[in-house]
Amino acid sequence: MSVVAETLSEAKAGRVATKSRLAILPALNEEASIARVVREIRAADPGFEILVIDDGSTDHTADEAERAGARVVSLPYNLGIGAAVQTGYQYARNNGYEIAVQIDGDGQHDPGDLDRLLAPILRDEVDMVIGSRFCGERRYRPPVARRLGILLLSAVVTVLIRRRMTDPTSGFRAVNRRGILLFAGNYPHDYPEAEANVLVARHKLRLLEVPVTMRTRETGRSSITALRSLYYMIKVSLALFVSVFRRYPALED
Amino acid sequence: MTPLRVSIVAAIAAIILLAIIFELIRSRRLQERYALLWLATGGVILFFSLWRGALGEFADLVGIAYPPSALFVVASFFILVVLLHYSTVISELSERNLALAQRLALLEQQLKETTESPPGPIER
Repeated sequence: MSVVAETLSEAKAGRVATKSRLAILPALNEEASIARVVREIRAADPGFEILVIDDGSTDHTADEAERAGARVVSLPYNLGIGAAVQTGYQYARNNGYEIAVQIDGDGQHDPGDLDRLLAPILRDEVDMVIGSRFCGERRYRPPVARRLGILLLSAVVTVLIRRRMTDPTSGFRAVNRRGILLFAGNYPHDYPEAEANVLVARHKLRLLEVPVTMRTRETGRSSITALRSLYYMIKVSLALFVSVFRRYPALED
Repeated sequence: MTPLRVSIVAAIAAIILLAIIFELIRSRRLQERYALLWLATGGVILFFSLWRGALGEFADLVGIAYPPSALFVVASFFILVVLLHYSTVISELSERNLALAQRLALLEQQLKETTESPPGPIER
């Protein structure tokens, strides 16, 4: 089918203006916040299908999400954030979604930023947009230790992908179909965000950071405790170091 | 003092080990999280074979008369830790495997119920 004909048939189906969108919400024991996040996304952009990936929660996260109107995939046991998010991208791939947005289920990301995140992708300027808590005016100030870790990581990632990256650990991101296909087939395991950015850049996909608001966590705790921080830094550094020596095949559309 | 030959052989062995680990990670046959202990093992052996004074002092400290034996002890200890770690990994894997099989069986049963025609005679 020619491009024109394809565009026309898509226009008839009303799909050019509203590309099919999936919001992927990884959630682990977020029964207190998940329903509100689902409703906020629905209010901010009704065009989204909302998919909650329940990563082996032991509370009522899945029930709460379902009651709020989300589709829920319940993993049989805790697989970690990387595998949970990848499950969402596989759902997006298998069901033909054109855009996928990843938002944390704990409410720290503001669905009001969705427009800002989606705009560059809808204009087809980039393949992935990352919501950064550190660029722009509304800056978020985490505790010193975490800030230092993020600074170090952002320096490493900036060098590796040869473009400035202010918030490499952000889990608030949007991708187009190419990004969905990449992540569905290949996504890093634990503490995946920094590696995912390098993966995207090395596969020659275009990425961009836009400023977003960081809300302080209302319920639950960050999955990164003080004790795990060291393991986090060592593991991610090793993975980033090794990535320099890997070859990344160009993606086929 | 450790004989020079022992140090050289140990250092070469450690470097080969580290190179193999690196290549396994690079080719994605070994996940980073399972490589960290191995890297530590290779790193410590390399450290003690290059810095022979430190090995001698460590041997003195724990009362080992012949320093190369201390290298052997250190290496054995790290290998024990790696093995113990793998035992916990296997335990976790077998538990997860069990949970998967149970869930699969239940899903299969559920699928059969929903796809098969409901009970009762169809033809009259």
